[in-house]
Amino acid sequence: MAVKKSEAALDPLFNNNPIALQVLGICSALAVTTKMETSVVMCAAVIGVLTVSNLTISILRHQIPNSIRIIVQLTVIASLVIVTDQILKAYVFEISKQLSVFVGLIITNCIIMGRAEAFAMQNPPSLAILDGIGNGIGYSAILMVTAVLRELFGSGKLYGYSILPTVSEGGWYLPNGLMLLSPAAFFIIGGLIWALRVYKPAQVEMDG
Amino acid sequence: MFEEYLNLAVKAIFIENMALTFFLGMCSFLAVSKKVETAVGLGLAVIFVLTVTVPANNLIQTHLLNEGALAWISPEFAGVDLTFLNLLCFIGTIAAMVQLVEMTTDRFFPALHATLGIFLPLIAVNCAILGGSLFMVERDYDFGESVVFGLGSGIGWFLAVVALASIRERLRYSNVPHGLRGLGMTFVITGLMAFGFMAFGGIQL
Repeated sequence: MAVKKSEAALDPLFNNNPIALQVLGICSALAVTTKMETSVVMCAAVIGVLTVSNLTISILRHQIPNSIRIIVQLTVIASLVIVTDQILKAYVFEISKQLSVFVGLIITNCIIMGRAEAFAMQNPPSLAILDGIGNGIGYSAILMVTAVLRELFGSGKLYGYSILPTVSEGGWYLPNGLMLLSPAAFFIIGGLIWALRVYKPAQVEMDG
Repeated sequence: MFEEYLNLAVKAIFIENMALTFFLGMCSFLAVSKKVETAVGLGLAVIFVLTVTVPANNLIQTHLLNEGALAWISPEFAGVDLTFLNLLCFIGTIAAMVQLVEMTTDRFFPALHATLGIFLPLIAVNCAILGGSLFMVERDYDFGESVVFGLGSGIGWFLAVVALASIRERLRYSNVPHGLRGLGMTFVITGLMAFGFMAFGGIQL
């Protein structure tokens, strides 16, 4: 397994995106993207947990017995998520209320388990950190695009600031309420995957 | 009393469907929905595990973790608040329960085990299961309510995944644009299904 450092960090952005190609971590990607503010916090939390969990598991990879590795990985991840959850509650309480159960659900976010299992168990710590950051950013990229679209067209705002003045505030833009509802998230991500595959035709699935 | 439970069940199955409203368990939702048969298997396993773990975690939360819950050991522990440990406890319970369910079905119901067998380990990391327990804490359900909620949200997830699998089986005969094939199209269909389920939104019992 000779993976170059630049590849470990950059591959997940377009060539091997965790959401668009590996189908990992979709649950939270859809649920928190109605506003940019919550998505930014969520992305930061996921990048942090993913990097540290990859590092920890990579350091421990020769000590973990194969038969109980899932439990060990879950324990490492769960402890990191608890720390994250406490930090969020202490410093950005409002947002952590809005994220509600989804901070806790980072534990079962398949990106983190998936990368621990597929990458950190076989590679040295330095590569595992880069892989964690890369995958975290690949995940965040999709999340941020979705959040920008949903917040801009759903409530005419970006990061809480009015961009398109809405009718109710005396402007001209009639907000598209659909964007704030769950189906819109599916459509946007479906569209993003389509766009990515037109750009990189090698990722097209022929049998589905 | 009974009406209250019925209301909660309908809410968990249709109005606040785990998969289509809260996007929980999406990873396995998208991965196993290629065939109706596997979807039914995983769906049943989810119903089963949710019905067991949500009440079990409810007991852990109320009798071990909540502030003052440890007072039954000795009055000294009355001030102890262990709620911050709930994530770790829940995931441990879920993993243990899944293992237990797997061993029990293997011993006593071999036919059921043959159908569900390969899906059970997958379920430990299905976010619908942990999500069920976390919603139970957030909404302060008591023991009875958490049984109904666990069962209801399991059934809701089952319905959604079987419906999606049936649609995808049919989809094989249609001419989908190249780049949208597979994952992309599945997302669009799920979106349309979420629309359908939103129609239940106005129901009040």
